[in-house]
Amino acid sequence: MSTRFFTQYGGQIATLSLEHLWLTGAAMLFATMIAVPAGIWLTRAPGWAKPVIGAANVLQTIPSLAMFGFLLPLPWLGDRAARIAIVALTAYALLPILRNTYAGIRGIDPAIVEVARALGLTGMQRLFKVELPLAASFILAGLRTATVTCVGIATIAAAVGAGGLGELIFRGVASVDNRLVLAGALPAALLALVADAGLGLLERWFKVSA
Amino acid sequence: MPPAIEFRNLSFKTAQGRLLLDDFSLALEEGTVTAIIGRSGSGKTTLLRTVNRMVEPTDGQVLINGRDAQQADLIALRRGMGYVIQETGLFPHFTVERNVALVLEAEGRPRAERLGRSHDLLATVGLEPATFAMRHPHQLSGGQRQRVGLARALAADPPILLMDEPFGALDPLTRAEMQDMLRDLLARLKKTVLLVTHDLDEALYLGGRIVLLSDGRLVASMKPEEFMQSAQPEIVGYIGAFHRGERSAGGGRQVAGDGRA
Repeated sequence: MSTRFFTQYGGQIATLSLEHLWLTGAAMLFATMIAVPAGIWLTRAPGWAKPVIGAANVLQTIPSLAMFGFLLPLPWLGDRAARIAIVALTAYALLPILRNTYAGIRGIDPAIVEVARALGLTGMQRLFKVELPLAASFILAGLRTATVTCVGIATIAAAVGAGGLGELIFRGVASVDNRLVLAGALPAALLALVADAGLGLLERWFKVSA
Repeated sequence: MPPAIEFRNLSFKTAQGRLLLDDFSLALEEGTVTAIIGRSGSGKTTLLRTVNRMVEPTDGQVLINGRDAQQADLIALRRGMGYVIQETGLFPHFTVERNVALVLEAEGRPRAERLGRSHDLLATVGLEPATFAMRHPHQLSGGQRQRVGLARALAADPPILLMDEPFGALDPLTRAEMQDMLRDLLARLKKTVLLVTHDLDEALYLGGRIVLLSDGRLVASMKPEEFMQSAQPEIVGYIGAFHRGERSAGGGRQVAGDGRA
């Protein structure tokens, strides 16, 4: 790619990258706010685990283009393409976070949970002092999977006009310009790699030696 | 004065209908050490766990100082009892000193008090605070972990101490050391102790009273010397089985007398 290409598109790549980051980041925030408490609740009501995780699983299987299409005609949501994108990405991010929160807490050594109860810790103390810290690296692993997936899926959001790096890709495909496709795809891949590495570090930092 | 712990016609049936405790009654005086022995599945652990309501009996009552445990505030009840189990259940993400003082932390006591108490207790159970306070559980040996578990159980100075096979996972030498340490400690602290063990020698060494359980029923409750001299067939049978198991296990006290129904 020549310098002319960069002077022409550099600004756009930067703006679209930021947009991409914003779509993904907002979705991750919502998904975490929903899936972590839901995962904790499932550990308290394990009878619900199968149907709820199953429902999140079904969401995951909807093809992304179809998901954006489904959301398009909805009132309020359909008014702004970014809203559609964030809702769809949130839906995709739910499963890995939910599943890992649930499995992470359920996977704690039963002797530890038993002692925490027997020592007279309240439910909240058990959650915040014992269960969440011990499940943290697991929950972060779910967050990492979700983030990487969403960075990829967010490129499709351009199809409904939500912006992000997918816009360059779609334009490149339409005009058979591989440089444009790469200008969208490479930064998207880079974002995914950086998110993966960053969250991976955080995950290791929270890991507890048994 | 009412007994420190009293079981009144206690029964516990599992959801599958198995009777683990069958009309069990017994009173434990304050400051005594009671060793509960019996084969695997005889209901020893279930009995222990009714005291801090980790198990809720299906029938009968547990009275703590004459008051129904069912009516007590659950958190307060549990904080008034130390709890030590074979797997130790130390919190792997906390340092040793924080593990020990966790109950005090849960009660919102100031940090200085918590650390002071934690270090005192570590010294009490034979762990030099300067060396061990800042370690994490995975940096300790099995015996050291069990000492931390014991220190943690004592943190809030509870009048009652519940111990479920506390030394069951330790090698015979470490085990004997721990038994000596516990015996000295209990002689000084005057706690009401309920000790579940499958090791008859441990029960005789530590217990002021031996309680033999079989199929959830109380078979015997007597002083160690009475127990060893008893002609009651179940007791003679248990002692015989224990010693046979001990011999065939090659002197490994840990396997003996249990798990060979």
